[in-house]
Amino acid sequence: MNKDFRDPELAGGLVKAIRRDINDLGRPVRLMEVCGTHTVAISRSGIRNLLDGVVELRSGPGCPVCVTSQEDIDHMISLAYLPNTTVLTYGDMLRVPGATGTLEEARAAGGDVRVLYSALDGVRAAGAEPSRQFVFLAVGFETTAPGTALAVKEAARRGLDNFTLHPAHKTIPAALRALLAPARSQASTGSGGPPAIEGFILPGHVSAVIGRKAYDFLAADFGLPGVITGFEPVDILLAVRELVRSVMARAGGKRVVNLYPRVVREDGNARAQALTREVLEPCPSAWRGLGTIPDSGLTLREEWRAFNAVKRFAGAGGLQSSLHPALGGSRSRAAGISACRCGDVLRGLIAAPECPLFGRGCTPISPVGPCMVSSEGSCAAHYAHERRRHAR
Amino acid sequence: MCLAVPARIVALDGSHCVLDLAGNRLRANVSLVDAPQVGDWVIVHAGYVLERIDQQAATDSLALAREIAGLSSGPSPSLATGNDE
Repeated sequence: MNKDFRDPELAGGLVKAIRRDINDLGRPVRLMEVCGTHTVAISRSGIRNLLDGVVELRSGPGCPVCVTSQEDIDHMISLAYLPNTTVLTYGDMLRVPGATGTLEEARAAGGDVRVLYSALDGVRAAGAEPSRQFVFLAVGFETTAPGTALAVKEAARRGLDNFTLHPAHKTIPAALRALLAPARSQASTGSGGPPAIEGFILPGHVSAVIGRKAYDFLAADFGLPGVITGFEPVDILLAVRELVRSVMARAGGKRVVNLYPRVVREDGNARAQALTREVLEPCPSAWRGLGTIPDSGLTLREEWRAFNAVKRFAGAGGLQSSLHPALGGSRSRAAGISACRCGDVLRGLIAAPECPLFGRGCTPISPVGPCMVSSEGSCAAHYAHERRRHAR
Repeated sequence: MCLAVPARIVALDGSHCVLDLAGNRLRANVSLVDAPQVGDWVIVHAGYVLERIDQQAATDSLALAREIAGLSSGPSPSLATGNDE
């Protein structure tokens, strides 16, 4: 079934249909793909190239690795150096720079940092070594949060007192609102500012959890269309075509459409939502590039506070990281960050290759900013799949 | 990181299942879906089954794509209603 969604003949026909529509419209259209997995799919499949000059696809804040704050990374690094303590993380986070280095560097310097595939693996690890503290860096969007909630409940069921998490989950609708609020005030005052995003390709797997209705505010509050879609080329091209049609239909009528009905339901996954709500609650959250956004994060509810590493290890933070000699080498990176424009990339203000460091000081082998570290970051995707195009 | 991939349930064991993922066997938690069945196509993410894949909806999406692309509808069956909110 999936290979049908990659059929080149079908994709080619959709590209032609989109080009015809743009021809009728008489100008190019700028859209944003919110999700990092879409960013990679667009780069790797060549869709950006196929739509060159007619539809510009800008990346958004939907790569959890990229938007995790330096403070969260630094807290985890400091914990990695505590005696008898293990830091658990998804592999994507290992090389993301905090202010004091990366978790990979902490591991090389003797800190105990282990990579896991599932939050439940962390509970199993804690159960196997009861005399050791295990702290899980809980990142990710609504897709990943239910797994964290499951893990906390499982740790409670087993009576484990050596499993905690550093809650750093984030939620997509709150970030989209924060992204759009300044754009709207600029539009209303008629001042300049960046060219506007005219529609959103919405993340398929976040939407599997939260459902289509969760985005209705895009149309209702901001007058913008959105399309939820899957990750194969035909999915993405269908979404682009729908959004272009929506832009062409000038007066009103903007709506949020689900073009991924094989996975996404109108109200999302009720079980996953209930589980997340039972264990986690909204909180303010610091996003790299976007700043602190109210109610855009998820933290442990009061009744689960025993599993909150931030509370259990309060005071164990900054001292360790500032004293550890292995972290001195990161000063040069901190200097480079001043020219890094990941923040603008994450807000769709510039395309990755417009950053002065792209492909020069900053590459996947030696990344400066998080968008080049994560394989789903916009910079890494451009570098891996579209360098030849940018070199033209 | 929200990467989730299609797989098929080949065995069930309480709150867990065994998945066939492109020929590999993978254990996953099934607590997030109602009444999972052996043979179901599902989407799996970070060690748990996130959602069931609706085959009819997939067929409908392909039929829509073929229509827009101006291709003959080929083997696609009729457009069923019910999945289209």
